[in-house]
Amino acid sequence: MSHRELDDMLGKGWRKPAFIKNTLLRRALILGFFAYLIAAFMTIDVDWGRVYEGLDRGWAFVLAFTSPDFISRWSDIWAGLLESIVMTVAASVVGILISIPIGLGAARNIAPLPIYIMCRGIVALSRALQEIIVAILLVAIFGFGPLAGFLTLSFATIGFLSKLLAEDIEAMDKVQAEAIQASGARWLQWINYGVQPQIMPRLVGLSMYRIDINFRESAILGLVGAGGIGATLNTAFDRYEYDTAAAILILIIGIVMALEYLSGIIRARVQ
Amino acid sequence: MPVLERDDTQIWRRRTTGQSLVRWFGWLLGVAVFVYCWQLISQSTTWFFVWDAPRIANDIWTRATPPKWDYITQLGRPIWDTLNIATLGTIIALCMAVPVAFLAARNTTPSALFIRPIALLVIVSTRSINSLIWALLLIAIIGPGVFAGVIAIAIRSIGFCAKLLYEAIEEIDHGQVEAITATGASRWQVMAYGIIPQILPAFAGIAVFRWDINIRESTVLGLVGAGGIGLQLSASLNVLAWPQVSLILIVILLAVMISEWVSAKVRGAII
Repeated sequence: MSHRELDDMLGKGWRKPAFIKNTLLRRALILGFFAYLIAAFMTIDVDWGRVYEGLDRGWAFVLAFTSPDFISRWSDIWAGLLESIVMTVAASVVGILISIPIGLGAARNIAPLPIYIMCRGIVALSRALQEIIVAILLVAIFGFGPLAGFLTLSFATIGFLSKLLAEDIEAMDKVQAEAIQASGARWLQWINYGVQPQIMPRLVGLSMYRIDINFRESAILGLVGAGGIGATLNTAFDRYEYDTAAAILILIIGIVMALEYLSGIIRARVQ
Repeated sequence: MPVLERDDTQIWRRRTTGQSLVRWFGWLLGVAVFVYCWQLISQSTTWFFVWDAPRIANDIWTRATPPKWDYITQLGRPIWDTLNIATLGTIIALCMAVPVAFLAARNTTPSALFIRPIALLVIVSTRSINSLIWALLLIAIIGPGVFAGVIAIAIRSIGFCAKLLYEAIEEIDHGQVEAITATGASRWQVMAYGIIPQILPAFAGIAVFRWDINIRESTVLGLVGAGGIGLQLSASLNVLAWPQVSLILIVILLAVMISEWVSAKVRGAII
């Protein structure tokens, strides 16, 4: 019995369906992808000799994690870390306070059209500009120091928090807000009793998340002179003091983990 | 619900006296911490520069406009490098994130006691350190250039992709997995036919989402010497060539907007 006849008797074997159904599109995408990969690899010039030499240093850095040096530069580390935390706290408070009215303004079901467009514009601007670029400009304008970092983080917080807050307000339950309105509440009372209770859990969760992000970002703002632990870290790398750098990185990871754990507890409690 | 009785009339209150006292002290503590942070920032700020800021900002603005449009001919290669850093970095990160995610997900991990914590540690530590810091480190190890940028982006993205992916794996429908197991499939076959088809849309979404973020991050990696358009930005900033800086900022903004548009389109098509 030939194979052809066997197929006829049993029916065709099952094949996994492809992820992209259109055959032509699928093949074109795969082909384009490989063409791009080849082009990209051709243009990246890697100095393999240099990479090989660097492997020793890489290994030295990995080893430094087993014996981090917290002590010999502790005063620098502590000053940088404190500045990072201070910037994070101050920028989070100011950013959250400013982003609440902007978030209200950027929700179409609450704000009139002109305010809506203005607030959405602020949100779009803040989201499009990266923290580090904003920091460069603000350092040029306000001079070195944590003030530039504080302003950068506040600005970035506004874009992030307002956008997500506005989306949450737009998705809220209208009935509750209408009930408050029907009882004759003024606008402020309407926001306070009709809208605020609905978005509060999400606002708290997002704020915690943003504090977490702000701390992580504050660790790099020092690279451009905007204060925080980044400057200390940069110096440690420049001087090849891997054990100090490892200590700083361990501290950053530890604080981020603690913040994440804390925000998990708080979010579980408010929701 | 606490009710206050005064002159034989009952007045409704939202909280008991104890509760409101606790809240009041909470707010007091919060305000005190904020004021303290603000004082620390204020101490290390040169206020003369801040009062002078409007004039400086105006000065920079007049220097930076109009942008030096013909400089764009020199930006082609840096933009291509930036694209390569983001794309190759994302691809490498995805290749490494998939096994980490399978090891970290509660329902697929081989050992919840030993391997899962290690996978989670990899996720947390790669996620909490910014790509600029990874770039700094890699430049010290393997030398400046595009390659360091690719690896920095790749390492930074592992944690992000693996976290989202393992959450998607934990949320899969168990019935399908059981059905495949019931046919007598091996462990790998269960993975290929029971789990992967369920997480493929999430995987594609995560890949495009991270690619979009990576385009943003790779535009500034050059500030520390890891290739891409940031290299031109830092060179222009160092010689105070503000017309070039403004052109580069416009190009970066455009790149960010295009990548966001592409990722929104692709995610809309997938989900």
